[in-house]
Amino acid sequence: MEDLLRNYLPIIVFLGLAIALGAILILAAVVVAVRNPDPEKVSAYECGFNAFDDARMKFDVRFYLVSILFIIFDLEVAFLFPWAVAFQDVSMVGFWSMMVFLGVLTIGFAYEWKKGALEWE
Amino acid sequence: MTVAAFTFYAFAVTTITGGLMTVLSRNPVHSVLWLILAFLSSAGLFVLLGAEFVAMLLIIVYVGAVAVLFLFVVMMLDVDFASLKAEMTKYMPLGLLIGVIILMQLALAFGVWGYDEAAQARVAAPTGDFPNTGALGLLLYDKYILLFQLAGLILLVAMIGAIVLTLRHRIDIKRQNIVAQMMRDPAKAMELKDVKPGQGL
Repeated sequence: MEDLLRNYLPIIVFLGLAIALGAILILAAVVVAVRNPDPEKVSAYECGFNAFDDARMKFDVRFYLVSILFIIFDLEVAFLFPWAVAFQDVSMVGFWSMMVFLGVLTIGFAYEWKKGALEWE
Repeated sequence: MTVAAFTFYAFAVTTITGGLMTVLSRNPVHSVLWLILAFLSSAGLFVLLGAEFVAMLLIIVYVGAVAVLFLFVVMMLDVDFASLKAEMTKYMPLGLLIGVIILMQLALAFGVWGYDEAAQARVAAPTGDFPNTGALGLLLYDKYILLFQLAGLILLVAMIGAIVLTLRHRIDIKRQNIVAQMMRDPAKAMELKDVKPGQGL
C-alpha cells in the first residue's frame, strides 16, 4: 500500500506545481497588470459590432447524439482495459464473455452506421 | 501528519468544496466546472484507497465524457434564470420540505446501517498480491459474467435509444452520396455532339 502511494508521489508533486503555477499567474495578473477599465474596453467583442443576442441558444440535438455515442464507446473501452491487462491469466469463459460483449456492441455499431447516425447532413 | 494523510485531507476538502459549490453557484456552467473538480479530487481519493483503476475510470468516463454531456445540456437548455429566480420564493416551502424529508431518510438509513455476515461470504476472495486492474479483469469477466453481459446489453439499449429519440433525417436537403460520387465514370459524364454549322442540335 505504501509502495503504491510512493509511486504516485511524482503526480502529487506535479499537481502541486501545476496549482502553484496557475495561482501565481492569476495573482500576478491581479498585482502587476495595469487596469484601466472603460465601458468600451470591457464590452463583449464580436468582430467589431455589438453582440446580436445571448450565447445561450438552442443548437442541433445531433451534437448531443454524437457525445452520447462517444460515451457508450468510451465505456466499452473502459471494460476492455482490465481484460487486456489480465489477458495472460483470464480463463476461456472470460475470453468468450468479452467476445460476446464486443459482439453485442458491434450490433449496436452496425445499427447506428446503417441508420446514418454517424453522418452529418 | 504523513504525506498520505495530508493528501487525503486535501482531496477530501476539495471534493466537499466542489460539491458544495456545484449546488451553490449561480451560473450553471460554473456548477459543471465545480462538479469536474469534485470528480477529479474523488479520483485522488480512490487512488489513496488503492483503487487505481476506478480512479482512472472516474477521470476518463466522468470528467472526459459525462461532464461534457452535462455542459451540453446546460448550454442547450434555453433557460431564463431571472424568471426562475423570481418564482423561487413560491416553491421555497415545498423545496425545504423535500430537503427535510431526504435528510430524515438519510438519518434513518445511517441509523440502521448494518453489515450482514452472510454478505461477506458472497464477496470474491481477495486476490492477494495481484495488481489492481488485473485482479478486476480476472473477476469481472468470469465470476461476474452475468453482470458484465447485462452491462453490455444496457449499453446497447442506450445506444439504440439515443438514436431512436434524437435522429431525424431531414428530407429537404441534398445529401452527398459518396459511393455514387466515387463510382462516377468521367467518360460518361460528358457527351460530345458534332453540330453541323447552320443547324441546331
